[in-house]
Amino acid sequence: MAKREGPPTFPEPNRTEEPSELLRELVAHLRQNRTQLREEWVVRITETRLLTAMTKEEIFAEATSVYDSYVEALETEAFEALQAYARNLSERIIPRGVETHEVVGIVLLLRDVLARSLFAKYQNDFKKLNRILDAYEPAANRIANTVAVGFVQERERVIRQQQEAIRELSTPVLQVRERLLILPIIGVIDPQRARQLTEQLLRGIRTNRAKVVVIDITGVAAMDLTVANNLVQTVEASRLLGATVIVTGLSPEIAQTLVTIGVDLGKMNTVGDLQGGIEQAERLLGYKVEKLAEPR
Amino acid sequence: MEVPILKQGAFLIATFQAALSDADLNQLRMGLVQQVVKFRSRAVIVDVTAMDVMDSFASRTLREIAHMIRLRGAETVIVGIQPEVAFAMVQLGLTLEGVATALDLEEGLAYLNDKFKTAN
Repeated sequence: MAKREGPPTFPEPNRTEEPSELLRELVAHLRQNRTQLREEWVVRITETRLLTAMTKEEIFAEATSVYDSYVEALETEAFEALQAYARNLSERIIPRGVETHEVVGIVLLLRDVLARSLFAKYQNDFKKLNRILDAYEPAANRIANTVAVGFVQERERVIRQQQEAIRELSTPVLQVRERLLILPIIGVIDPQRARQLTEQLLRGIRTNRAKVVVIDITGVAAMDLTVANNLVQTVEASRLLGATVIVTGLSPEIAQTLVTIGVDLGKMNTVGDLQGGIEQAERLLGYKVEKLAEPR
Repeated sequence: MEVPILKQGAFLIATFQAALSDADLNQLRMGLVQQVVKFRSRAVIVDVTAMDVMDSFASRTLREIAHMIRLRGAETVIVGIQPEVAFAMVQLGLTLEGVATALDLEEGLAYLNDKFKTAN
């Protein structure tokens, strides 16, 4: 410690070692025994069957860099690098199916392994051991925390990204004939998507000056009360814009659900399949589709 | 602000302006119901394109206008409801049941012409 003129309220402690000095000693110890402690850690990871999605070599390579970042974080007490490393690690291992409990587990294991080696080293000097642990434990906890939070954040980012991708894939409003739109819906509809669908459809009716809309829900596996109500609302709102809605492709399961929960489908015009729906729409619009010749 | 009622052939056309007070709406209702018989009109078109908000009073008045005009022997078509307004109305349960609707004035006229052509 450089002796600088500090404010008198912070006198130099008269203990022989500062916490940072203790940490330095600790770091030196961890550096010295790097190979052995790292190996012990890897053995513990394999024993507890963590990171089963990765090969032994990969675990060893990852363990080495995690160990070094860990010790570095202990030394510098700067967590930004560790945070970045945790994010990077998560990015690599999340697609391989590594779970949160595994990541937290290995970090806690390393914490254990290192603590044990400290016990072994200072077992004859109980007071010193106490002081060393006082310095080590808060830092180790912070590291474990940082890594776990980094992992979870990365995971949430991935989930958000996927949700956005799904939403974008979502649902096109297509014009198949003049004044006839189809809206094929595929996949799960949550209230948010249902709302978006409605908005898109109403806007589509306006811009395409549609008179008839066929909503095809063949690709919808299940529908709950909220979404079913939203569908009814969509039909009514379309009518206010002067368009008739035909719903096609209600599966037996959805029909059953809707009847059971008592959604009022009386206002809805339903037809069995998309083809039937388009045919009826053509009739409403006054089209007559004729076959001119047998296909060759 | 008073809503002008225009006579166009066998139809009456009333175009809403943006902000109508409840009194304006009541006045419109009485005006339409009186004139529809006076001019022997067959139908009334109410154009609400300019309305970007439709409260429950306006919505109820529209439905009442439609029903009163039917009792006076004519038909009503509401035209020009904005998509956002339509969705908001449906969420509030204001669905204008039993009232014909069309996308805009042109569609409304086409609908009525079509209807009265087949009726004759």
